[in-house]
Amino acid sequence: MTSTEKRIGNAANFVDERLGAAGWVKKSLNKVFPDHWSFMLGEVCMYSFIILLLSGTFLTFWFDPSQRDVIYNGVYEPLKGLKMSAAYASTLDISFEVRGGLLMRQIHHWAANIFMAAIVAHLLRVFFTGAFRKPREFNWILGILLLTLGLVEGLFGYSLPDDLLSGTGLRITSAIIQAIPVVGTYISFFLFGGAFPGVGFIPRIFTLHILLIPGIFLAVITIHVMLVWYQKHTQFPGVGRTETNVVGHPILPVYMAKAGGFFFVVFGIIAFLSAVASINPIWLYGPYTPGQISAGSQPDWYMGWLDGLVRMAPPLETHAFGHTISWNILIPAVIVPGIVFTGMALYPFIESWITGDKREHHLLDRPRNVPNRTALGVMSITFVMVALINGGNDILATNFDLSINQIMWFSRVGIFVLPPLAFVITKRLCLSLQRADRELLLHGSETGRLLRLPHGEFVEVHAPISPEKAFILQSHEQPVALAIEEVDARGVRRPGAIKNKIQRRLSKAHAVSVPKVTEEEMKEIEHH
Amino acid sequence: MSNELTPTDNSVPPQHAPRATDINPVSEKRAEQQIAILFALSGIGSVLLIYSYIFVAKDVFIFIPVMGNQNAQQLGIGIGMAMSLFFIGIAAIHWAKTLMPDKEVINHRHEFRSSDEDRDELVKTVKEGVAGVQLGRRKLIKRSLGAAIGLFALPPVLLLRDLGPLPKKQLETTNWKAGTRLLTDPGNRPIFASDLEVGAVVQVLPAVEHEDERPLSDIAKDPVLLIRLRPEDFQLTPEKFAMTHEGIIAFSKICSHMGCAVALYEQQTKHLLCPCHQSTFDVTRGAKVIFGPAARPLPQLDITVDGEGYLVARAPFNEPVGPSFWERNSQ
Repeated sequence: MTSTEKRIGNAANFVDERLGAAGWVKKSLNKVFPDHWSFMLGEVCMYSFIILLLSGTFLTFWFDPSQRDVIYNGVYEPLKGLKMSAAYASTLDISFEVRGGLLMRQIHHWAANIFMAAIVAHLLRVFFTGAFRKPREFNWILGILLLTLGLVEGLFGYSLPDDLLSGTGLRITSAIIQAIPVVGTYISFFLFGGAFPGVGFIPRIFTLHILLIPGIFLAVITIHVMLVWYQKHTQFPGVGRTETNVVGHPILPVYMAKAGGFFFVVFGIIAFLSAVASINPIWLYGPYTPGQISAGSQPDWYMGWLDGLVRMAPPLETHAFGHTISWNILIPAVIVPGIVFTGMALYPFIESWITGDKREHHLLDRPRNVPNRTALGVMSITFVMVALINGGNDILATNFDLSINQIMWFSRVGIFVLPPLAFVITKRLCLSLQRADRELLLHGSETGRLLRLPHGEFVEVHAPISPEKAFILQSHEQPVALAIEEVDARGVRRPGAIKNKIQRRLSKAHAVSVPKVTEEEMKEIEHH
Repeated sequence: MSNELTPTDNSVPPQHAPRATDINPVSEKRAEQQIAILFALSGIGSVLLIYSYIFVAKDVFIFIPVMGNQNAQQLGIGIGMAMSLFFIGIAAIHWAKTLMPDKEVINHRHEFRSSDEDRDELVKTVKEGVAGVQLGRRKLIKRSLGAAIGLFALPPVLLLRDLGPLPKKQLETTNWKAGTRLLTDPGNRPIFASDLEVGAVVQVLPAVEHEDERPLSDIAKDPVLLIRLRPEDFQLTPEKFAMTHEGIIAFSKICSHMGCAVALYEQQTKHLLCPCHQSTFDVTRGAKVIFGPAARPLPQLDITVDGEGYLVARAPFNEPVGPSFWERNSQ
């Protein structure tokens, strides 16, 4: 035994005699993680969160979260002598007088954008591959919670510098709060510490932004990752991969080296972006004053779709009995997002109700093999994209010489027409891809090699595909429509007839698919 | 030609093709060198960061093609940091991919559902525990417990009461009163009607006691836009027309939708546009909403001139300015 081994052994013995951790640690180090590029998206989320914690802590050392008036006397000439809040002045100081301060601000902001982008990408991966199915519904809901928290955390974060752009965002936030019936005005006054912009909002959202919400984030992310650990990762279908095993690299050393290395890669790329690509140059916007605004005011991208919905809302208000209800704010900013996020959170249960499938699933779906779900996903993306386009209608209009009014009308119509269209097209595409898979299985892949037969006929030579690929193409199971009888054996209508009817309809739509290649067909082809 | 179905079998070992580094000592050596070079690049990044931090002055700018003039210190620190992090990561990944064992292994999954015995025992334990509490029998305790917990829910909410003042009439009122002079913003100078030429737009604030110390909450509701048109351009009701003065019309600058400053005036069409959500107001028709999500026109301020000829408000706004709220009486 070398001396190093001896020392490590002693330390391990010290810990194990007190915690009895050897068994658990041994098991954990043998844990297997399947490999696929898309499993890295969740990692990007976690790493950018760590980067946010690190860079955010750095920023708090200098940031002064106060709305107290100060006269700016720093090094940035254009704003010298101007009255502004201490929050804005200290953000200027971080940008111009703290060495590396601007870089940290940029890293923090870039990491936030990448955090949200990675969450969305990770969510789409989980959705399209069906990784949210039993037993992972809890983790799906936690993921939706993290997405929602991320939106709020991001909004608070970019509101802190108290520049003209972020103040405009807060003005809109306060208007949304005011629009809530009965209690809205009071909540707004309490949150802001008086009439907008009040005196208390920046210090209050600072506490929420750096303490409360990150604390919740940390707790939820921990549970999220622990559940992945405990339930083991899903895997794509392949030879030797089943519902009862998991095939991949063990944690030690390969997975740890790759994941650890990947953290540094993410951090490095964010640092590079921050060094060369300026984001949120608050010194150009000037301090916030409610009487001014800059043209082209835009929220960060993840809030853009909500702003786009607000922009396209019809001018509807109800005035009755001395009260006002602003539907033009409530519908796009409260009701629709509420439906979207609740629907997302409940989707695993909705799908399992439609399919009647209550089994555990650890093998992932190829999106084409579940056309309905894939189409629903693309439909939702289309909805958000139309809203996002409208959220940038002023920028698009200026840059592409278009009319704002036309973009707005395009969005108003498009938000209803395009998502269903996307659904239909995607479903057809999925079925076409299934058909292509079937072709591939039956006739092999095209080689591009033409052969002239002795009697003059030209044929293209098809090469057989590998058994591994053939296995992947036909290993999936196909959805079957639920058999729900409208009447029972004695011819009496069963209770909940309408519910049954909906379920039957949806189940039938869900079960549409191109028939798989049967063994007989395979044999027949082989005899050729 | 073989395309036979491969059985779904737990015992099929994952396929493994040897890598160049597994069989060729030269490749193995080369991979090792590459990894060392990557780590060295990271070191160079760290040195660049330290050098830029200590030796590059804050106000040195260097020209970089495409990016233009860049602050040398910020760029040096940033690029240095990016290099030092990125290359550590790439080195580790390259190491894992070329030299660490890449054989895939199989773990087995366990069923999550607990065994029936465990479940039954849990049910029994819980039932016994609940029975021990005796809530079913002791009605008095049950009711008083409910009342106590219900009451306890109030204090935490109550404790938040002092976050801010009650709204009172703050959303309904502004600093505009009968006779208040219109002062330019910025500048705080009173203005004559003749200061405005046809087509001109001026932002004004009400004259108050301490004009240099207006709280932001006043600036959030007081700003007014003055626009001068030819009187014959207006298509207003007689009451609204009476509120203008020699073709000068005054609107609240705070959007009736969400409170942004309605700052974009289009001279030719005589439209006011809010940059936040593109609500468009037609000045000639009393700021009627002609496009966008706003549901109400911008409130119009009744203006006239005082004895000295300065523009003044003839009356306060006759409706609340800014976004809607529950208590707003819009009738």
